[in-house]
Amino acid sequence: MLHVDIYRAIADRTRRAILDELVDRSGQSLFELCARLIMKHGISSSRQAISQHLDVLEAAGLIRTKREGRSKLHWFAGAPLKAIGERWPISTDEDISRHEDTSHSTDEDMEE
Amino acid sequence: MRINWTSVCVDDQEKALRFYTETLGFRLKHNIPLGEHAWITVVSEEAPEGTELVLEPAGHPAVVPFRKALVEDGIPYTSFAVDDVGAEHERLVAKGVRFVQPPTDLGTVITAVFDDTCGNLIQIMEEKAQP
Repeated sequence: MLHVDIYRAIADRTRRAILDELVDRSGQSLFELCARLIMKHGISSSRQAISQHLDVLEAAGLIRTKREGRSKLHWFAGAPLKAIGERWPISTDEDISRHEDTSHSTDEDMEE
Repeated sequence: MRINWTSVCVDDQEKALRFYTETLGFRLKHNIPLGEHAWITVVSEEAPEGTELVLEPAGHPAVVPFRKALVEDGIPYTSFAVDDVGAEHERLVAKGVRFVQPPTDLGTVITAVFDDTCGNLIQIMEEKAQP
């Protein structure tokens, strides 16, 4: 299957709204997602366009699909997003002030 | 011009008649045998002289792939109006009806979607009072 990186997958407003709605309720059909997108986000893309967005999100590993009865339902799968936090770990205020102290002393060293 | 009838295609007319009357609560209006099948219509108890719903046999070969595609994407075949989606959902779940979409607030309306056990998904919709 085609691989899509997560940055490309979440770089689109409609795809981010799809993820928001799947977080709100897991296990939605294409019909329910389209209804939520148009009524809650004013996104009136065709079902076919939304289906293509779902393919991109699935290729990035951000959603999974499962058949329930004769319907195809979609789930949010957040695990690939961990890569973002691992690549750019979140600094605490303490980390930042410690870093600022160090850089000041470096500046002084350079002036000397 | 008026809309007199609308129809749903059903796998089994007798089973459908039971579901649409006993479970959903519509009233039988016509049941006229026509050879292999019958002309069966039901009406709402709230509007017995209103639009009739024809329980049409799903006999045409094109109906099978058409309905399969709709159900796969969760698309309801038709939609009924109710005063309170939450109360209907509770009532129907107690009767064993399977919902593929629980009551969902979409801003101006609340909707839910259930399986009619005859090959269709059906939506119920409540229009919210405007503030």
